[in-house]
Amino acid sequence: MDKIGLVIIPVLSLERGMDKEKQLQMYYEMVLIRRVEERGAELYQAGKIGGFMHLYIGQEAVSTGLIAAREPRDRVITAYRDHGVALNCGVSANEVLAELLGKVTGTSKGKGGSMHMADTSKNFWGGHAIVGGHLPVAAGLAIGDQYAGNDNVTICMFGDGATNIGYFHEALNLSKAWGLRVLWVCENNMYGMGTAVDRASAVSQIRQKADGYGMASDRVDGMDVMQVYEASRKAIEQVRTDSQPFLLEINTYRFRGHSMGDPERYRKQEEVKKWEESDPIGIFHAQLTKKKVATDSQLSAIDEKVAAEVTKAVEFAEASPEPSMEELFTDVYADENSNQ
Amino acid sequence: MAKITMREAISQALMEEMDRDPSVFIMGEEVGVWGGSYAVTKGFFDKYGPQRVKDTPIAENAIIGGAIGAAMVGQRPVAELMTINFAFSAMDYIVNQAAKLHYMFGGQFTLPLVIRAVGGGGRQLGATHSQTPDAIFAHFPGLKVVAPGTPADAKGLLKAAIRSNDPVLFIEHATMYQTRGEVPDGDVLIPIGQSKVQREGKDVTIVTYSKGLELSMKAADELAKEGIQVEIVDLRSLRPLDMGPVLESFKKTNRAVIVEEGWKSYGVGSEVASRIYEEAFDYLDAPVKRVAQKEVPLPYNRNLEQAALPQAEDVIAAVKEVLK
Repeated sequence: MDKIGLVIIPVLSLERGMDKEKQLQMYYEMVLIRRVEERGAELYQAGKIGGFMHLYIGQEAVSTGLIAAREPRDRVITAYRDHGVALNCGVSANEVLAELLGKVTGTSKGKGGSMHMADTSKNFWGGHAIVGGHLPVAAGLAIGDQYAGNDNVTICMFGDGATNIGYFHEALNLSKAWGLRVLWVCENNMYGMGTAVDRASAVSQIRQKADGYGMASDRVDGMDVMQVYEASRKAIEQVRTDSQPFLLEINTYRFRGHSMGDPERYRKQEEVKKWEESDPIGIFHAQLTKKKVATDSQLSAIDEKVAAEVTKAVEFAEASPEPSMEELFTDVYADENSNQ
Repeated sequence: MAKITMREAISQALMEEMDRDPSVFIMGEEVGVWGGSYAVTKGFFDKYGPQRVKDTPIAENAIIGGAIGAAMVGQRPVAELMTINFAFSAMDYIVNQAAKLHYMFGGQFTLPLVIRAVGGGGRQLGATHSQTPDAIFAHFPGLKVVAPGTPADAKGLLKAAIRSNDPVLFIEHATMYQTRGEVPDGDVLIPIGQSKVQREGKDVTIVTYSKGLELSMKAADELAKEGIQVEIVDLRSLRPLDMGPVLESFKKTNRAVIVEEGWKSYGVGSEVASRIYEEAFDYLDAPVKRVAQKEVPLPYNRNLEQAALPQAEDVIAAVKEVLK
């Protein structure tokens, strides 16, 4: 019995060289992200989630294909659109939804919220909310690994908007100058908040920015999870082998607003509708059935299983306790007796 | 016990900690081949090599952000900012990352990180290279801020900072590297967050730290000639702030002067005075006085710069005023 509850005999897909079980696992994760985000949106509308919340709907193939290509020892760090990334790293829907509801059972004990989820036991180093701010930190994770003498790869995800801020350039420059094992992954969803890429960036293809650092790069369709997986696998291998950073641009589109409070005046509904025809889950569903990796009914069974799992996760999150008032003062410092 | 300079004390602390713990390494601008802008890490590159003494690009976000990342995965980086003025370039990393990540992720990882930064005026470096912005950094919970005024404290506090599991901003004063003082031999740590009485007296309490200690000692010597006995409490750490010895001294003298090199408004003196008013109001015999920098960007011209910086004479005048 595999993780998603189906009895599957692993068979290699002739076309892709990936076993069936792994492909179905990826399908499961994409559907899980979609459902968690949809339920999250409902809970937000119901006033149960505070602050900012940025949904991953439409971008599921990016994180799923990318993280499926990592080894467990490879580190993942991302920006604030992080719920899906957390799920792909193996964080449970329970913990993600509990964090959204600010509960003590959440990834960050309810002290981080939507934008600040992490689980270092899963090698997921967060959710960071300052645009571009986590890029030098990602370089630092790789400095730590380089210093320790291992060949772990740090996978650092960020949006197209982050490539226009100075942090990006300091981090990419340092990573190349020092030979750090970082896979820089730009999720180009065409808008930094509401500003289209070509209105904010000197070059429209983000991968071109690697050229200034003599860094290898690639660009891939982020609506096709198998293409994302293949490009990511190659890039991670290259980073590990060459001990050099790599910039991977993954082109994608978010179907929902930048955050929950987005009037979406910067794009037309026709554009959104057109992209929705390239739904990454729909595309992958069609691929799986066409290649006979799974039947419609097998995939429907996964859909149903996910729906039940997410329903239970919402119940778990709602039933979980609030953090105690003592939690207010814990973890300000790690040392004891650090009175303020 | 040997009499050594502040520079030697800091250098010794770094070397001893690097020898003791292989996870400690240094990174910063010109820390390696050059030997450190203030020669604190002279000889380190030859002794430890480029892996442990990392010359960085001139890129403060990468330096502090990189050190934070390395600390998150268990190393103990000591990142050097050539001057604390460059900390403003890295403000996001100090304020939004170092001071927050442990708390924000529910304590999942620690940040055993030291940021060494050289601050202070008096070297005719002009307005952008002469600031004493220590109080700004002490504002943020999650960060520890240490600023020693003697070689012994510098050595003991830096060793403690390196062993701390929290991010520590360690502020050195640019004009004090040649300051000499007795430093105990061996592995002596001074806990972060402990103020210390550096001079005993019964008439007035001076609360100070870093360069202010030098001014205050000088002023106290002069005042002693007139029979005024000053007690000097050195804060040594601005966060956590240890008010115990300050209040104890104040309850004895009932008069206080606070001496700092930074600007008066919203400064260390503002904080300490408030705490005295809040916690020892009944002991007040005179309003608390603050001695600090004039409220101007520091000028280049030597006379103007010295006029803007607090001097021992200003301390003497303030002491006499609270004794009126």
